[in-house]
Amino acid sequence: MAFIRQEKFETNSILLLLGIIVTVAIGGLVEIVPLFTIGETIEKVEGVRPYSPLELVGRNIYIREGCYLCHSQQIRPFRDEVERYGHYSLAAESMFDHPFQWGSKRTGPDLARVGGKYSNDWHVAHLIDPRSVVPESIMPPYAHLMEHQLDPTDIAEHLKTLKIVGVPYTQEEIDNAAADLAAQATPDADTDGLLARYPKAATGDFDGDPAKLTEMDALVAYLQVLGRMVDFTTYRPDYAKGDAQ
Amino acid sequence: MSDINKDELTGKPTTGHVWDGIQELNNPLPKWWLTVLYACIAFSVLWWVLYPAIPGISGYTKGVLGYDQRKVYSEQAAAAAEAQKVWIDKISASTTEQINGDAELLNFAMSGGKAIFNENCAACHAPGGAGRPAFPVLADDDWIWGGDLAQIEQTIRHGVRATTDDATRMNIMPNFGTDGVLTPEQIADVAAFVMSLSGEKSDPAAAATPESIERGKQVFADNCVACHGEQGKGNLELGAPNLTDSIWLYGGDAKTITAQITKPRHGVMPAWEGRLTDAQIKMLAVYVHALGGGQ
Repeated sequence: MAFIRQEKFETNSILLLLGIIVTVAIGGLVEIVPLFTIGETIEKVEGVRPYSPLELVGRNIYIREGCYLCHSQQIRPFRDEVERYGHYSLAAESMFDHPFQWGSKRTGPDLARVGGKYSNDWHVAHLIDPRSVVPESIMPPYAHLMEHQLDPTDIAEHLKTLKIVGVPYTQEEIDNAAADLAAQATPDADTDGLLARYPKAATGDFDGDPAKLTEMDALVAYLQVLGRMVDFTTYRPDYAKGDAQ
Repeated sequence: MSDINKDELTGKPTTGHVWDGIQELNNPLPKWWLTVLYACIAFSVLWWVLYPAIPGISGYTKGVLGYDQRKVYSEQAAAAAEAQKVWIDKISASTTEQINGDAELLNFAMSGGKAIFNENCAACHAPGGAGRPAFPVLADDDWIWGGDLAQIEQTIRHGVRATTDDATRMNIMPNFGTDGVLTPEQIADVAAFVMSLSGEKSDPAAAATPESIERGKQVFADNCVACHGEQGKGNLELGAPNLTDSIWLYGGDAKTITAQITKPRHGVMPAWEGRLTDAQIKMLAVYVHALGGGQ
């Protein structure tokens, strides 16, 4: 027997609505709140930094072109995946991704650790005509990325927007965003400031055309940083933390 | 609940709910269906007890089995490593020369090397080391940085022009054209000479003549021999390709050679130390060496 008569809810839509809200709220509290309060939801690791402006633009192109539909960015803790792609992915590695690009389908290979695996030349050749380097590939060509030049004027606003949702961009990084964007893809540019702000960022000409700052530059720069940030020498999984050192 | 009534027409009980005079029949769910539902609920309770499940404020229930996906992986990886340990330890302790000389060890290294090659190297160098335009063939005896075991291992370990490795193989051919070292005419002449070295058919469009080839020979002697050698046979220590063997990285036509002299392309190979283990790199070196061109 119900404590409150079912008929009351069934005949009073406002009461029913309140009842639904209370029920959903309880579910939400139980499922969502712990994610913010449990310390180990995102592991504490060294090395993960926000994306540099060029990488961020590349990431936006990655999302725009729908790369996530065929490529995951999540290496699961299975032996076959780790032996093929490298160390399994950590939550911390995508903590500055809004939204994250874990994906749910692998028509192509996982890209979580593709950074540094191939040369820039390979990426450019592959994006222009995937079958020129991978004959069995069914990936569509993205040669048009070479033709679109980047517009650096709104990059600072991108950084500011991400800061609102919790990406810790500093004022210095926002002020230098447009300059950093250009410096990262320009050969022989002064990258001291860039590399101080974004350690391990790959620099230089990415797309084979140093005169132009194209979408190809940005996408390759993004691909080349994937999975390279975490310092695994300092990482210990949760289950091992209790063990004596 | 309201009082249970009977529906006059069907004689079945109703739930007692009435909307605008319409009554709702009380048809209970089938027994088998309810049994499955209760079994599922019981199963989920069992799951909560056995496996990590219920979150709290600062942690979650770990379950009595102590299951952790990452721990399971690390155990599987450790078991696999244990199974291969006898071989991997031998490979780690041997030089690539020693591996190559030990039939059993070589057999293991070739299998491992092939798997590693196909996942990591074949994207550029093609399966079997057949090469692709701008990515060197590994199955022939024409080497840019050397084709003996030690040289191959060195190249894999530290890469070529890899920005992440201080010990990488580094050599930058000057921009003879765009930096104004040579005039376009001189470049055309030296391109004609370079083509003549391997007996490439001269390109009519390039207007190569015996005179231009002769002029190109002088340009070559003044600018190119330091790396490519007096005979143009290249220098493995400097990564200067042999220009006489008709094997071209970017192409052997006049246009490509002229472009390469004017503003050279510089191929990059990633450094694999750190990404692959020491034993993996050695297995890979032995495998590449055996592709056909090892010296």
